[in-house]
Amino acid sequence: MLDKNGIAQRIAQEVRNGWYVNLGIGIPTLVANYIPSGMEVEFQSENGILGMGPFPMEGDEDADLINAGKQTITAMPGAAYFDSATSFAMIRGQHVQLTVLGAMEVSQNGDIANWKIPGKMVKGMGGAMDLVASAENIIVAMMHTNRAGESKLLSDCSLPLTGVACVRRVVTNLAVLDIRDGAFHLVEVAPGISVEQVVAATAGKLVVPESVPEMQFS
Amino acid sequence: MAISKQVKDVTAACSGVESGMTLMLGGFGLCGIPECSIAELVRLGIQDVTCISNNAGVDDFGLGLLLQQRQIRKMISSYVGENDEFERQMLSGELEVDLIPQGSLAERCRAGGAGIPAFYTPAGYGTEVAAGKEVRDFNGKPHILESALTADFAFVKAWKGDASGNLIFKATARNFNPMMAMAGKITVAEVEELVPEGELDPNSIHTPGIFVQRIFQGSGYEKRIEQRTVQSR
Repeated sequence: MLDKNGIAQRIAQEVRNGWYVNLGIGIPTLVANYIPSGMEVEFQSENGILGMGPFPMEGDEDADLINAGKQTITAMPGAAYFDSATSFAMIRGQHVQLTVLGAMEVSQNGDIANWKIPGKMVKGMGGAMDLVASAENIIVAMMHTNRAGESKLLSDCSLPLTGVACVRRVVTNLAVLDIRDGAFHLVEVAPGISVEQVVAATAGKLVVPESVPEMQFS
Repeated sequence: MAISKQVKDVTAACSGVESGMTLMLGGFGLCGIPECSIAELVRLGIQDVTCISNNAGVDDFGLGLLLQQRQIRKMISSYVGENDEFERQMLSGELEVDLIPQGSLAERCRAGGAGIPAFYTPAGYGTEVAAGKEVRDFNGKPHILESALTADFAFVKAWKGDASGNLIFKATARNFNPMMAMAGKITVAEVEELVPEGELDPNSIHTPGIFVQRIFQGSGYEKRIEQRTVQSR
């Protein structure tokens, strides 16, 4: 079974040379730690930076330089700053090649819910609705089950939606799954995880091919 | 001769702000928020205002200060997860809240300032956000109609500015400030550094002074950091 860093490391394998990538808050942020050195990739943070770098050295933090998670960051050489309308023009206009974000629930037709639990928690959608409505390539990074042990991969989302029929791939602590034709398709299992464990933890329709490879990490 | 927008201080800048008005406030999280103007709005004690701001501050800073005093009737925001008092007032029904996608919020402000009454966007289609909004297909994809936002007063914060109202923002403190400057009937800009006319390079202006009605030299900036994330040396 993978931990959060393992999920991020697996998702990093999806990133291609020359891509602009938007990473959401939480596990997605960790993806940046696993991009091979030498690969030309720029991270966009929707509050207004392209070319986001790692956290600053202690003492160098700048209140005017943060990411969408409100964390202090640095800017890489070649970075650019811009306003929020320009930022979402990049996103809505499909200039960003990959979006990675977290979710509370994902459905077998690619719906995603991640912004509200009615009556309990309302944080807001932030940029998530804009991102999922426009990105061509959306990967969800999340745990396969919630704290109560219930599956987060469902036939239909029970929580208010963030977007419809938009998620293409889900990477969890147990598996990599693609979403197409109204079903989850098992692509890989995490090291030490059996197909049966994935089947048991997936409430939505799951298609399992004859042979399922294990994730490979270099 | 250039038109001067310079006013003496924050009190002069906020003159005319009244209860019941709609206010825009720039910033993302606590980054690039108009700290001086917010403090003055608290001091003025105005009530029942509608605030358009991406976030609602934290409990004891930013817009959280206005929430504490129950001065806000309605918030129009995209993300409010950092403020317990906000969540309490919203879940109890004391505070009216309109949550809208961040990109739609930015574009609605931009549209308000640019004379575009409404636009179609795919963001929010098929969700609660689309309730009651016109849906139309373009290029085979459904979009929803979002309307422009304007405000009686817009409060923005810049790094540098001049008496003409020209503004330059620093790093990611730019965020919503330029669009909100465009969308305010009266836009109040506070700056860390008010420089003499002619000192700012016209090639480098982010917000041209035409969008700013009042500008003043701010003071005492706390510039609080919400999430201090660092690497140890």
